[in-house]
Amino acid sequence: MYAFNYHRPGSLAEATKLIAANTEAKLLAGGQTLIPTLKQRLAQPGDVIDLGGIAELKGIKVEGGSVVIGAMTRHGEVASSAEVKKAIPALAALAGGIGDPQVRNLGTIGGSIANSDPAADYPAAALGLGATIHTSKRQIPADKFFTGMFETALEEGEIIVKVAFPAPKRAAYQKFENPASRYAIVGVLVAETANGVRVAVTGAAPSVFRWTEAEAALGKSFAAGALDGLKAKADGLNADIHASAEYRAHLIGVMARRAVAACG
Amino acid sequence: MTAESGIGASVRRKEDRRFITGNGRYTDDLNRPGQTYAFFVRSPHAHARIKRVDTTKASKMPGVVAIFTGKDVADSKVGGLICGWLIKSKDGSPHKAPPHPIIALDTVRHVGDQVAVVIGETLAQARDAAEQVQVEYEVLPAVVDPKDAAAKGAPQVHADAPGNLCYDWELGDKAATEAAFAKAHHVAKLDLVNNRLIPNAMEPRAAVAEYDFGTDSYTVWSTSQNPHVLKLLLCAFVLQVPEHKMRVIAPDVGGGFGSKIFNYPEETVCTWASRQIRRPVKWTAERSESFLTDAHGRDHVTHVELALDKAGKFLAMRVDTHANLGAYLSTFATSVPTYLYAPLLAGPYTTPQLYIEVKGVFTHTTPVDAYRGAGRPEATYLLERIVETAAREMKIDPAELRRRNFIPPDAFPYQTPVIQQYDIGNYHASLDKALEMIDYKGFPARRAQSEKKGKRRGIGFSSYIEACGIAPSAAVGALGGGVGLWESGQVRFNPTGSVTIHTGSHSHGQGHETTFAQIVADKLGVPIENIEVVHGDTDKTAFGMGTYGSRSLAVGGSAIVKACDKIVAKAKKIAAHMLEAAVEDIEHERGVFKVSGTDKSVNIAQIAFSAYVPHNYPADVEPGLDETAFYDPLNFSFPAGTHICEVEVDPDTGIVDIAKWVAVDDFGTVINPMVVEGQVHGGIAQGVGQALLETCVYDKQSGQLLTGSYMDYCMPRADDLPSFEVGMTTTPSPLNPLGVKGCGEAGAIAAPPALINAVTDALGIKHLDMPASPEKVWRAAQANRPRMAAE
Ligand SMILES: Cc1cc2nc3c(=O)[nH]c(=O)nc-3n(C[C@H](O)[C@H](O)[C@H](O)COP(=O)(O)OP(=O)(O)OC[C@H]3O[C@@H](n4cnc5c(N)ncnc54)[C@H](O)[C@@H]3O)c2cc1C
Repeated sequence: MYAFNYHRPGSLAEATKLIAANTEAKLLAGGQTLIPTLKQRLAQPGDVIDLGGIAELKGIKVEGGSVVIGAMTRHGEVASSAEVKKAIPALAALAGGIGDPQVRNLGTIGGSIANSDPAADYPAAALGLGATIHTSKRQIPADKFFTGMFETALEEGEIIVKVAFPAPKRAAYQKFENPASRYAIVGVLVAETANGVRVAVTGAAPSVFRWTEAEAALGKSFAAGALDGLKAKADGLNADIHASAEYRAHLIGVMARRAVAACG
Repeated sequence: MTAESGIGASVRRKEDRRFITGNGRYTDDLNRPGQTYAFFVRSPHAHARIKRVDTTKASKMPGVVAIFTGKDVADSKVGGLICGWLIKSKDGSPHKAPPHPIIALDTVRHVGDQVAVVIGETLAQARDAAEQVQVEYEVLPAVVDPKDAAAKGAPQVHADAPGNLCYDWELGDKAATEAAFAKAHHVAKLDLVNNRLIPNAMEPRAAVAEYDFGTDSYTVWSTSQNPHVLKLLLCAFVLQVPEHKMRVIAPDVGGGFGSKIFNYPEETVCTWASRQIRRPVKWTAERSESFLTDAHGRDHVTHVELALDKAGKFLAMRVDTHANLGAYLSTFATSVPTYLYAPLLAGPYTTPQLYIEVKGVFTHTTPVDAYRGAGRPEATYLLERIVETAAREMKIDPAELRRRNFIPPDAFPYQTPVIQQYDIGNYHASLDKALEMIDYKGFPARRAQSEKKGKRRGIGFSSYIEACGIAPSAAVGALGGGVGLWESGQVRFNPTGSVTIHTGSHSHGQGHETTFAQIVADKLGVPIENIEVVHGDTDKTAFGMGTYGSRSLAVGGSAIVKACDKIVAKAKKIAAHMLEAAVEDIEHERGVFKVSGTDKSVNIAQIAFSAYVPHNYPADVEPGLDETAFYDPLNFSFPAGTHICEVEVDPDTGIVDIAKWVAVDDFGTVINPMVVEGQVHGGIAQGVGQALLETCVYDKQSGQLLTGSYMDYCMPRADDLPSFEVGMTTTPSPLNPLGVKGCGEAGAIAAPPALINAVTDALGIKHLDMPASPEKVWRAAQANRPRMAAE
């Protein structure tokens, strides 16, 4: 790790001011991605702004049919929240399947979504449930948020404040884990929402995406059988030593069918 | 007391108090006054010429104490690392032993090869400065696969090893084997790869080296499985330091699995540098360095053929193996794919002829050496895969085919055609018990059940034998080994009757502090809480050979028994004096010395006190009660057994679920069943790791390590494993005083073929290379859709 200046603002306003004054600074949330990056000397920020002291970024609320989760809320809190379990059980289950207990006790939803790791779980929830990301500057629909591999619509100095998930009629998430890292090789969230069926796929491509053919098929008949014969395209999918693009394409179908079945 | 803590009792491990409460003391926990920190500059290339190493800028960085390059080391006449086992090629020529410099001089030969070392006041300063060391490389083509490396025109690793060949070795009677094949009714054939593994001990390697100018001597704390051997190598072969001027201490060590047997560049550099700068030097591997520089394991590419007669009797087997040795020869690298591998291909079977050829090949990869099982997992995997293949091809039940070929229990001692003479065993007993435990008869019903759920179920056998307790020194010498493989043991009574045991073996997870104490508790009737085991310090214990090859109990434990025998002999004389009887009339049982036919007795504690306070004492007996014994085993020991596992494969995803695992092992006498079960569990976990999850992957073009972290290298976790059912059969070894055989490696040896046999059975395919990762299994499942059994 290289030396850096450490800041711990007590309010969002203060944090916004700090980052505006120094756009090279890094925001620190749970540190589960940032700290290893620093330790391996892959990043050399002069300043690190720890969001851990900002009360307004924390907590879970259910308001107007939506579950609203503060950016600094830990995965473990979402997984064990009675309100989340009641309103969107699939979301609690998804959070409970991230990493291991240590990671869940520190990693945050804001950090996960800001990072936009192609193999992360939360992006599937945000996109699949049609969430809205509230930042220090504006509100961004999930459909516009994830722009590429480790890339988002966030501008310089923009801080995620909270994420609002409208409760679906029903939803389920199925994850095929990388045996080594246990991130998603393929994760599929299927949701029947007020505005139709949404199918979000993570892990398979450089960025989370919606499988529109599956959405159309499930829109006609919300049953696993509706996806029979439907194949995701392997073009443009990720390939690595764990899974080829072809295998990932196949797994998208399997996980999607299992997610539909799990919706009950 | 002794009944609950003697031989056969599941005594709770004495060492766990400190380990479980976080009070273990590992090398990295140690800090010496004036200590500096070493950080290595490592090659980012698999193969390159070093054109220039410029340390000018780095030397000026804050906190830099010194920077050394390969040239500095060469100038000070430090030797290279050595390989301690001479292998002769078919033509009688010795194996090629190219230089293994502790810091590369003009060429780097694998990613992670060390190019310079920066020594700083703090680790961060050393690291900062290391980034400023400028190395100019001329990148050269690399080769990572042993068969590719042996092919014509492959990039050369060492100028003095043409064709990258270290040796071309053979074992067995070629002509007789060919003749047997000519008469075969059936020949089963397989091409397979034994996948390369990275050891991943929980504690990374570390060293603290301190040179004392006043006494001109060194103390080296190191994560070693064999501190005496490390000292011998450092002193006599590499650094030219007189042996009495060095002390090596291996304190608590967090796992080794073979990877901490060897003499590595890092502790050697620290020791050498501590004298150059006259300050202690500390180095602890980062996890990424462990991946890049701990000696890797396995990595064989093999063609095997098994000849059978009509009745399924094995007539002969022939094997052609390319073994990857990596870029340099690690300490015992040459022996692993030869003498620790080929003799074991006889297995538990009566195969009358075997012929094995092994080409040891250099590649641009991390050195390869012994890893849990060392040669024996490679042999067992090959043998049990080809036996299974033959059974399927000849439509003979796999258990039955094994039974027909087992060495019968009344045939011991049994001389195999390939070196080993097995002392004792009962392979039928282990197989029968395993079949019963897994309910073999119920398998078809369980398979049908799985198929109803859309899954495919398979069953896999593995009947293994291994050679442990290594080994008789003369035999080792005859096969080219450069060391003797005896062990030392000392039993020292304190005046108040408590005991300190000193052993030359080393515990890094095996539980010696408990097991060895149980032996003395049992033999001498001393309460186990009054016994302490001391190991891992060359100044505290007699010279010893350390721990590997499941040898600690069979060899080190036997030395302790011999020391106990000496204690008893002396104690009898003291007792005779105390009891005013003749020595011949003294009987001993568990620490009680009694005059035959009377109720007059003294116990060992009273005798010890008398030996140290000899006021009324026999004139011809020396004071003190402290005996040392050196034990050289008469033979290897041969643990054997059968593991059977059942898997359920999900054909939609390729996920393999281990449904059942039965392990029946014959380890001879068991001192502590709980410790043994733990070793079996850990061994199977490692074997499952190899068969399902782990594999070291290098990029074929660039030679970069693609599995350099836990993001990509998959270690087994608890939830990858089923609950193991462990059973035992027992034929005590007649060749050592405890009747023990060794249990440390059995699981890792037995498990991989059991699993792959089960997976291939489930899929109805001939073969699938390890690891049976989801995509491979899925592809196989797609290519080979079911036998329509249940429908
Ligand atoms: C061993 C391990 C296993 C894991 N397994 C999984 C898994 O299975 N599935 C999964 O989805 N994830 C997994 N993760 C990732 C983890 O769950 C976190 O989600 C992730 O590390 C980022 O969250 P964080 O709070 O730690 O963010 P940090 O590491 O603190 O930050 C990550 C990035 O986000 C930025 N950032 C953080 N907060 C904000 C904000 N409020 N506004 C704007 N930018 C912000 C930071 O500046 C930084 O660039 C794993 C991590 C580890 C270490």
